[in-house]
Formats: sequence, structure tokens, C-alpha cells
Amino acid sequence: MDWMTDYYSVAPLLSKVHETLRTAMGEKATLALEGVALVIGLILVYAVLAIVLIYMERRVCAAFQCRIGPNRVGGKGGLLQVPADVVKILTKEIIRLNRADHLLYELAPFFVIAGSFISFACLPWHKGAPLLDYEVGIMLVLAASGLGVLGILMAGWSSNSKYAVIGAMRSGAMMISYELSMGIVVIAVVALSGTMSISGIVESQEHLWNLFRGHILTVIAFFIYLISGNAEANRGPFDLAEAEQELTAGYHTEYSGMHFGFFYLAEYLNLFITAGISTTLFLGGWMPLHIPGLESLNMVLDAIPGVIWFVGKTFAVVFLLMWIRWSFPRLRIDQVQTLEWKYLMPLSLVLMMATVVCKVYGWVF
Amino acid sequence: MNGSLKKYIRRYLRGTKSLFTGMRTSMDVMLQKDVTEEYPENRHTTLKVPQRHRARLQMMTDDEGRLKCIACGLCQTACPNGTINIESEWMVTEDGKKKRRLLAYHYDLGSCIFCGLCVDICPHGAIAFNNHFENAVFNREHLKLRLDLPDKEVWAENGIRISNGEES
Amino acid sequence: MAEENNRLVTCCPQDVLKKVCPDAKVEGMDADGNMVTGAAAETVWLVPCDEIESISQVLKEKAGMDFLRDLMGTDEGEGRTGVYYFMERTSDGVNIILKAVAQEWMPSVTAVWQAALLKEREVYDFFGLKFLNHPDMRRLFLREDWHGWPLRKDYIPDERDDAPGNEKNTDVTVCFRKKPNGDVEAEHNVLFEDGDFVVNIGPQHPSTHGVLRMRTAIEGETVKKVDPILGYIHRGIEKLSEKRDYRQALAMTDRLDYLSAHHNRHALCLCVEKAAGIEVPERAQCIRTMMDELQRINSHLLFYSCLAMDMGALTPFFYGFREREMILEILEETTGGRLIQNYYKYGGVQADIQPDFLEKVRAFTKRMRDVIKDYDNILTKNVIAQNRLMSVGFLSKEDAISIGTTGGTGRATGWANDVRKRHPYAWYDRVDFKEVVYSHGDSFDRYKVRMDEILVSCDILDQLADMMPEGAFCAKTPAIIKLPAGVYTAAVEASRGEFGVCIVSDGGKSPVRIHFRSTGLPLVQAMDTVCRGGKIADLVAIGGTLDFVIPDIDR
Repeated sequence: MDWMTDYYSVAPLLSKVHETLRTAMGEKATLALEGVALVIGLILVYAVLAIVLIYMERRVCAAFQCRIGPNRVGGKGGLLQVPADVVKILTKEIIRLNRADHLLYELAPFFVIAGSFISFACLPWHKGAPLLDYEVGIMLVLAASGLGVLGILMAGWSSNSKYAVIGAMRSGAMMISYELSMGIVVIAVVALSGTMSISGIVESQEHLWNLFRGHILTVIAFFIYLISGNAEANRGPFDLAEAEQELTAGYHTEYSGMHFGFFYLAEYLNLFITAGISTTLFLGGWMPLHIPGLESLNMVLDAIPGVIWFVGKTFAVVFLLMWIRWSFPRLRIDQVQTLEWKYLMPLSLVLMMATVVCKVYGWVF
Repeated sequence: MNGSLKKYIRRYLRGTKSLFTGMRTSMDVMLQKDVTEEYPENRHTTLKVPQRHRARLQMMTDDEGRLKCIACGLCQTACPNGTINIESEWMVTEDGKKKRRLLAYHYDLGSCIFCGLCVDICPHGAIAFNNHFENAVFNREHLKLRLDLPDKEVWAENGIRISNGEES
Repeated sequence: MAEENNRLVTCCPQDVLKKVCPDAKVEGMDADGNMVTGAAAETVWLVPCDEIESISQVLKEKAGMDFLRDLMGTDEGEGRTGVYYFMERTSDGVNIILKAVAQEWMPSVTAVWQAALLKEREVYDFFGLKFLNHPDMRRLFLREDWHGWPLRKDYIPDERDDAPGNEKNTDVTVCFRKKPNGDVEAEHNVLFEDGDFVVNIGPQHPSTHGVLRMRTAIEGETVKKVDPILGYIHRGIEKLSEKRDYRQALAMTDRLDYLSAHHNRHALCLCVEKAAGIEVPERAQCIRTMMDELQRINSHLLFYSCLAMDMGALTPFFYGFREREMILEILEETTGGRLIQNYYKYGGVQADIQPDFLEKVRAFTKRMRDVIKDYDNILTKNVIAQNRLMSVGFLSKEDAISIGTTGGTGRATGWANDVRKRHPYAWYDRVDFKEVVYSHGDSFDRYKVRMDEILVSCDILDQLADMMPEGAFCAKTPAIIKLPAGVYTAAVEASRGEFGVCIVSDGGKSPVRIHFRSTGLPLVQAMDTVCRGGKIADLVAIGGTLDFVIPDIDR
């Protein structure tokens, strides 16, 4: 069984590349080159994923609404619609506002994008290919998402716009609250897996995904994570920070051009990250589906490379999140808080304790 | 305490259930057929403009291809906002009767509100609304039409494609 | 107390009026006591302008005239302005019309009916008549820096108004009070304090349903005050109609509340047909009733869609439009229009229904009954939507009557105000239908009223489809329609309330004054009452449930 997954492992290849470069260029230059290559690669994947996600959102949304969706630019399917939008947004003027706090105003989009970028780098794409893998990796993800809140608050405050400031305050209040239940659910998973390192969490699900390990508990935990992750990503039904029916565009009302593009990009990548982290925590990351007792089936499933498993599972979760977004009305700010503090928080606390108890007594699979 | 906890749990469950109902419904509808159509691709397929649709005024001709209009000017007076302007002159027919003759029928599509009063009042059925709804132009001046000219000329005069299925 | 109420129901408002104001006389009576007005003209009681407030107070308290249907200004020449007060008793639908003429000052009736608040401002805006004791004497539709009074007959547009600059809104309004010695002094009322966080919701805003602007003072997320600013698309249809004949005036009604195009037109047709004595054939009556109901479903579907949209649910938006499209197709095949239909005309309708019209209507009602389950599953039953709508935006029955929020908004408070029941017209007395009335007056009830009305309308349509008589679809009418002198009114139940028409005729071929009772004006006025204390998100949802359409407010 192991040989299959090892077969697709990129670790030997990477170390070979590293060795070759080191003999050719020396230790320091190699590290620098690898770092640069990695960042460029990551940015490329980031941008391409954003385009894919935006296209997917438009398609899915159109399907839910009995519409055709993008259908002009780039053939019947409108494949080039989003790239065309990207070109448009790149060429648009970045408007300099009167009486705005310019330093914060210019900085805010970078905070938002940096936050999502760091989290993005933590995703376990494939066996042996962790980009950022610390002992406390999952904590880094939680911390990095906090950076996004800061950016949104800065954007709202510095824009000198009433809509923006209301949107930013909403966002701040909401995201800080939902980080709680998110963190608690993560603790439950950490308890189950016995490690905080992201690759460790994935490895621990070799026999069975976390989703199926803790009876109904982890299933509920999965949904709690999705809900709070959705709130973290500022997506419907928690999109009150940019509720266009109330605040036109919320915290990014005053942004134009690529500044706005950054917010837009980060929103979609946060969606991917939420899905990716929940895949990691509950659906085994890049780990193929293993059903105990069905060894032959497991072998077949193992033949599919981990990266496909990871991306496939993540996009399935992304679809689930889009389904949720396009089905429900938006909550009001006080209801968002009620949902968190009166419903999700107590439930996730109970869940965490129950999971820990189960784990201690060995009642998990 | 017990009662309120029960209520809390019941609300919890009912709320969750309603969310799942909503998601099921949206998925059901998603699997149904799309309802929107691609215009202008559907011009010759699914696009059906009802015959009574009022898109643009048109002058009617009799069997011999002559305009039915007798230049009485009733439509001009019936129009609520001066869309129609008729130029006419008095002439004497062969049998010696005095009769009005139409020189030009000016129609400003830009100010027409499609109320149909002109068509209603016309005693000879000389004008009617047709279904050629694609009337967008880049210059307001191009909406000022001479209806007594043949349809193709009315628009070609203004350098506009004729859009009722006859365009190149 | 019960006895007291009984007395209220039965007493005749005219008697009360004569008791409280012996000087009151009927307008349009010549020296011999004969009426010079047309047979169908309304009885208008002329009262001295100084006493109008006390008379109104007495009429409301003693005769139970608790609903000010409308308030209309007219130019009486020589700088004088007449004000008509159309009152109704909600318990049994008894009406009385008062009129007062004043030169410069008129006592305000805002203390009696809240509805007068905006309507008196409208009179001031168009005729320049100032109201004493009105707490907020600003212009309503025109800009604060406008010159002149446009609906006066001698109005000449001022060239300074041709190219207006930026409008600056005042935060302080003026209230005129009469001192005991007869002088009038201006008192200042503060609308917004210096420290208020005032957010402009509109005129360009996704969820004001048109170019409405609400200056909203908020405290954190909580709404403190809403001040609607209107007139961004005012087209002066009333003024335009004065220069046109009755047929031409009809061409403009569809453009008032475009979601009640048929209803608006129906009201004017009813009014003119009544005044000119035109008999409408049975078939036309039935067609009109059906068209009205189709239009109502059309509007309520749009209401559903837009409310869902206002609450951030974008998918139900398309569900409503999907079915609405079916109606539009049915309408378009028969009337030739989708939004602006131009279908009714004096004496009947423009053209006969298409042969498959009834069949298509039956198919539509069947589909609607099926598909409304989806609507309920995705929105009505949804816990988020329920929390957003239930116990939010309360409007009491008393406030609803006083402000005059007719239609679904009024019926959600328990006020049975359906004109189809109160003053049946067309074929509404021949069909069996239930008036939908709820009692809480919150957003959810306003929503439910409309959703239930869709089904009620489907019932009416099914009944009418079976009853459709053969015959002519239009009666012969004179080439030029002239109404005998007098005041004529008619009202219909439009999609969002009572739509009324009032024509003042001098016997000529165009009206001296034509006035439309806007269904949306009271709804916009109610925004302040309903939204106070709610959240910003509630303001949007409440705006959605009140369901106003701006072109009908800005006539």
C-alpha cells in the first residue's frame, strides 16, 4: 500500500533537484533561488486558482439561478471572461481619494492578500510537498487569517467613507467572533490527530479520514468549521461586510483598479483556503480515501496521485460552500453574533470536550 | 430551565432542518432547465415577438403599393407629445375634387411613447406599429424618420442596418 | 364603549360637519340650489379655511373619519389655493370630501392625520401654500432652491432652474406658527443634529428600488431617523395632463407605478367613464379584472424577488422572475407591451384577448400553485429569512391608518383596506375571494400578505377564466371626450395599495386639475416610523417589504 503513495511522492525529486543545485551553486544561492522559484510558483498558482474559482463561481451561480452564465468571451463557455476581467482590472486607474488616510489606504489590500497568501502556502498539496510546515502549522493558518481582518479594518477606516467604515466594523466584529469556534473545532481535530503540524494531521488520517473517525462528532465539527470558515472568508450568508444591498460594497467601496482586485482575489482564495484547510482537517488532505477492510479498493484509490485527491476534495468543498452561498439570505449583524455566541460556540465547546473524552478512552476509530 | 433548554434544542434542530430544505430546493431547481436565452443568437430560433408588440410606427400601403394615408393630420393632433409631423399640400384630383396630398411624414422615434393613439384614431388604417424592436442608434438625430419612404430607405438613409431579418 | 363605537359606525359625517360648521356649503351649487356639476360628480363641502383643523379633528373623533385618503391642492386663481381633503371611515367605507380655499396660510391637519405630513408638503411645493403648525415645511419633490410654484396656472419656468448646481440639504426645517395677534412666526425644527452620523442611502443605491434617497441617521448599526428625499424622477405627469385631452392623459398613467400599469390606467378609465357616462361592455369588464389580477401577481412576484435580493439571497430572485416572465408573455401577446401596456381605453380595452389567452392563464395559475412551494422552501421557511423578517419593522394599525399605508402594508397590520372589497369595481363583486389580512404588522406579515395574495389572485383568475362572456370588448365613445364640470374620483386596488384618481373638470376637453393618489408616498413616509430602532440591514428589508415603487411617488 505504501509503495503506491510513495510512488507519487515528490520528496525524492525535490531533494535531487536541491542536491544538484547545491553542488552547482553552493548552499546559500541555492536556497535563495529555491525561495524565489517557490514564491513565483506560488503566486502563479494563486492567480490561476483565483481565475478558476471566479469562473467556477459564475458558472455555479448561473446554474443555481437557472441562467446560462458567461457565454460570450472565449467561445460558448465564456472561458476567457475572467482573464478578460483581469486585464481590465489591471488597466484601470487607481483613484487617489481626497482626505483619505493614504498610507493605510494603500497598505490595506496588501495586508489582506498577505494574510491569505500565508495561509495558502500552508496547504498540503501532495505527499512530501509541504511548503510551510511547522510543528504548529495549523496555528499559523489561524494567525494568518487574522491578518486579513486587520487589512479590512484598515481599508474601511482609511477610505473616508461611511459605508466603508460600517462594513469594516461589521467584518471585524464578525471575524473575531468566528475565529473562536473555528479555533475550538481545530483543537478537537488536533486532539484527534495528536499533532498540530499540518502534514502530521494528514498522515494521521491514513487509515480513515477524520470526518469518519469520531462518530457524528466530527461530522458536526466539519460543518461548524465550514460555517465559521465561510464567515472568515466574508462570503454569503455572512457577506455583511460588503453587503451590496446595504453598504454598496462595504469596506472596499472606495477601491478601484488592482487595489480592488486584491480584495477580490483574496476573497476567492480565502474560499479556497477554507475549503483546503477543512479538507486537510477532516477529509485527509492529499490522502486517498481508505476504507478499512477493502484493501483492493484502497489500492486502486491509491493509484490516483495525492494532488488530485487534494484539489478534487477541495473543489468539492468549494462547491458545497457556493451552494450554501447561493441558497441563503444574508444574516443581520446581531444575528451573526447570536449564531456564533449562542449556537456555534457552545456546540463546538461540547464537541471539543466530547472528542477529547472519546480520544482518551479510545472510542474513536 | 429544562423547558428553555428543550426550546433551545428544538429551535436549533428546526433551524438546521430549514437550511437543509433550502439547499435541497436550490439543488432541485439547479437541475431544472435554464430559462434564459441568448439574445441575439436566438433571433431566428426562440425569440418570438408577439404580433401586437408596438415597436415602431410604419405606414401601410394598399394592394397597389400606394400609401393609404390621406394626410388628414388626425394622428398628429392625437399624439400626446408631438412625435408626428405631417407635411401636406392641397391638390386637385382629375375629377376636380380638392384633396390633401402627403408630402412627408416625419416621425420621431426618440419621443414616441408607443401609446397607440395615432393608430387608433386613423380612419383609414394607414399607420400601424410593427415588431422591429431593434431600434438602437448612436445618434438621436437618426431616430427622426421619414415614414413615407419605403422601409429600407427609412433606415438606410440614416446609415443603419435594417434589422428585421434582412440585414447582411 | 361598544355603544360609542356603534354610534360612530352609523352616524353620517355630513350631519356632524353641519353641526360643527354651519357655514359649510356644497360646492358647485348655483343660487337656486341646483347643482351645476355633472351627475356623477362628488359632493364637495366648502369650509372656511381657518376652521379646517378643528373640523377635521371633530370629524375624526365624532364621525370616525380616521383615514385621510388623499389631500390635493388646486389653483383657484388670484393667488388662492384650494385644498381638497378626501376622508374615509375605515369601519364602513363612508366618504366625505372637504375643500378649503386660502390665500397664503392654511392650518395644517398633520395633528389629525399623519398622512398630511408629506401631502401638505406636496401642496406647498406645487402651489406655494404654506401650512401653519406643519412641523416640517420644506419642499417635497423639487429642490430646496427651486423658484416658483409649478402647478399654478400662471407658472413660468425660471431660467435659474435650468442648470442647477449641487443641492445642499438643510439640516434645519421651518415650522410656521400663528401668534395670538395674528402674526406668523417661523420656528426652526432640527432634522439632524451636528453630531449625527448621517448616511445617504440613495439616490443611487441598489436597494431603494429606484431613485429614492433616504438621509439616515445611524448610531452604530441602529437607525435613529430616516428622512426621505423625493423627486429625483418627478416628471410632472399631473401638470402634463392639464395640457392634454383625456385620451392623451391616459397614455401617461402606465408610467406612474409601472408594476401597476393596468391598475393605474383602470383608475383613470373608471373615473372618466363614470363622469362621461360611458357604459363598459361586460367582456371588457371581465378582461380588465383578469388583467388587473395578472398585473398584481406580476408585481407580487417582483416583490418576492426583490425582497429576497434585498436580504442577500440572490437565487430566489430568479425564481420570481422566471414565473413573472410567463405573465409578461401572456400580457404581451394580448396587450403588446411588457411593462407599459397601454391596454385599457375609455369604454373598454384596446383589442380583444388572444384566442389562447384563457388557456395560458389557466396553465399559469396551475404552474404558480406548484412552484410557490419552492418559493416557500427556499425563503419563507428558511430560518435566516424568518429571523430577518419576524418581529422586525412593526407598524401598528393606528399608525397604518393615520399614515394611510394602504395595500399589503396596511393589511399586514389588520386593517382590511382592500378597495376591491371596500368599493368594488369592474367584476370584483362577482368573484368570490378572500381578503388577506394579517395582524402583527411586522415585516414577515407584510411578506405573507403578498405571498397569499398571489394565490388569491390565481383563484380569481381561474374563476374569471370560466366566466368570460362573449361580446364587444369596447364601447363606442365620442371622438372628443368632455367631462361635465365637477370633481370626480375613482379608486382601484393597485399592487401596493389604493390608487386613486381625482379629476377637477370645468366642462372642457382637458382636466383643470388631475391628481393621482400615490400608493407609495405613505409607504415612504412610514419608513421613518417603521425603521427607527432597527438595524441598517432591517432598513433595507423593511424597504423591501413596504414595496414602494418610485415613479409612482414622483409622479
